[in-house]
Amino acid sequence: MLFNNPHTAAANPPVNGMVSDLGQADITKRSATGSLPPPSRQLTPLAKLIDVSKCIGCKACQSACIEWNDTNPEIEENVGIYMNPHDLTENMFTLMRFNEWINPETDQLEWLIRKDGCMHCADPGCLKACPSPGAIVQYSNGIVDFIHENCIGCGYCVKGCPFNIPRVSKTDHKAYKCTLCSDRVAVGQGPACAKACPTQAIVFGTKDDMKKWADGRIADLKSRGYKNAGLYDPPGVGGTHVMYVLHHADKPGIYNDLPNDPKISAVVETWKGVTKYVGLAAMGMAAAASLFHGVFARPNRVSVEDEENAEKLIEPIGHGDRPEDRPGDRP
Amino acid sequence: MSAAHKPGEGIHPGKPPTVDRYDVGARINHWITAASLILLALSGLAMFHPSLFFLTELFGGGQNTRNFHPWIGVVLFFSFSILFIRFWPANLWQRVDVEWLAHAKDLVQGHEEKMPEVGKYNAGQKFIFWSMSILIIVLICSGIIIWDQYFYPFTSIPVKRIAVLTHAMAAVIIICVWILHLYAAIWVRGTMRAMIQGSVTGGWAWRHHRKWLKELVGGGPSDKGGTIH
Repeated sequence: MLFNNPHTAAANPPVNGMVSDLGQADITKRSATGSLPPPSRQLTPLAKLIDVSKCIGCKACQSACIEWNDTNPEIEENVGIYMNPHDLTENMFTLMRFNEWINPETDQLEWLIRKDGCMHCADPGCLKACPSPGAIVQYSNGIVDFIHENCIGCGYCVKGCPFNIPRVSKTDHKAYKCTLCSDRVAVGQGPACAKACPTQAIVFGTKDDMKKWADGRIADLKSRGYKNAGLYDPPGVGGTHVMYVLHHADKPGIYNDLPNDPKISAVVETWKGVTKYVGLAAMGMAAAASLFHGVFARPNRVSVEDEENAEKLIEPIGHGDRPEDRPGDRP
Repeated sequence: MSAAHKPGEGIHPGKPPTVDRYDVGARINHWITAASLILLALSGLAMFHPSLFFLTELFGGGQNTRNFHPWIGVVLFFSFSILFIRFWPANLWQRVDVEWLAHAKDLVQGHEEKMPEVGKYNAGQKFIFWSMSILIIVLICSGIIIWDQYFYPFTSIPVKRIAVLTHAMAAVIIICVWILHLYAAIWVRGTMRAMIQGSVTGGWAWRHHRKWLKELVGGGPSDKGGTIH
């Protein structure tokens, strides 16, 4: 049975109150924090699987996301496409992106719909870039979460993310993104989007189960002529805890610019790696060298002879010998 | 043209004689720039390395640090721009500066008498002036690109990544230049009063900027080259 695990979207919630089973002790990575105590237990890695071939574009997932997270996206104008709102926002953590693609092999129009949102990377660029201790954490089940009380609103996560996901609010100056419904997962529930999906295009469970589920879906797609069908679990970011089944897995870019081989940008790695250490060392050495010279070298003092020479040079003016060069008097 | 008529400069004969170096405007201008640079370094370092994040407490938390930093940068930019207009003519590179640099070792070892006579600024001071000028331009430009609150829509994320890296590297360099600047002002005794009281002693001018002193007195050589003692 696939859905025998409590971490599923299909399971109905218990009616009695439940205690959160996801907390500080389960954090494996914490932004701007050197070493963490090893977590006392290892949670089973989880994943959300989005099968784009089963998506009908109903946006129930978006509605469920708004409902559960109690966000309030602005009502926008229709500009002639189905996508609404027009981008992820601090109030819209997931977004159906629509693309009309003509398959060159079949000359058929394919309507590609991809549910965009945080991929919950195993190697999260946002977390690497974040300068604020504890503003971004990763739990041992793979969920990458923003802890808003620690967020300073600098937008470094936006620069660190290989998928262009986080959005910084102009109202409270904090960054927002999909939480993989960590608060639901904490009580054994699946994400709201998966719960709401009417076609099970979004399913949720352990990462192993989701890979198995994907294998079945891919086999089915291949049997129906999609020879390049496959799983999107990009190794460049260590794999993700949100995966896609794509019917054209060889061309992720056709799904509204899903990156082909996402990884943390080399610029970000340099910024957060060598620059930090070399920079601190350079500043420290400049300070230490100054201190060293200050302690061991004699100060550069004006000597008595210097003062005498200056007096000799300046004296004539004092006697009015060169009145045209007499300087302006000080106020 | 007598150099003595430049703003803020002049000689007061006496025992000891004093030489005016900076008028009150230049000093206020300098210290506003200095204060903003220090505040920028503190708030920037807080966001540069986790071990320095505690510096955000000085600004009332991370959110305030993130909010104030770019505004202080704007103050620095305008304040330094005025300083630049005041100081750039005296900081033009001259042949004597090459010679002075060739003797830099003598300076550090305490043999300043072997150095060529220099004008109002020596090569080291000119280096600091031009490094600061270039780095501040780099910092304000890269800083605006990553000032997401107002400028987010104007650049792409890859551009912002390059800007944030450039900003961090330029900041590290400018802090090193600032350490050099501060140390030189402390090590060369009698320098601080130039930026506090506005004047130096005659002996200080004779020892460190003899050509400038001679020009002020009106008896020195003109702006061509320098002589080695």
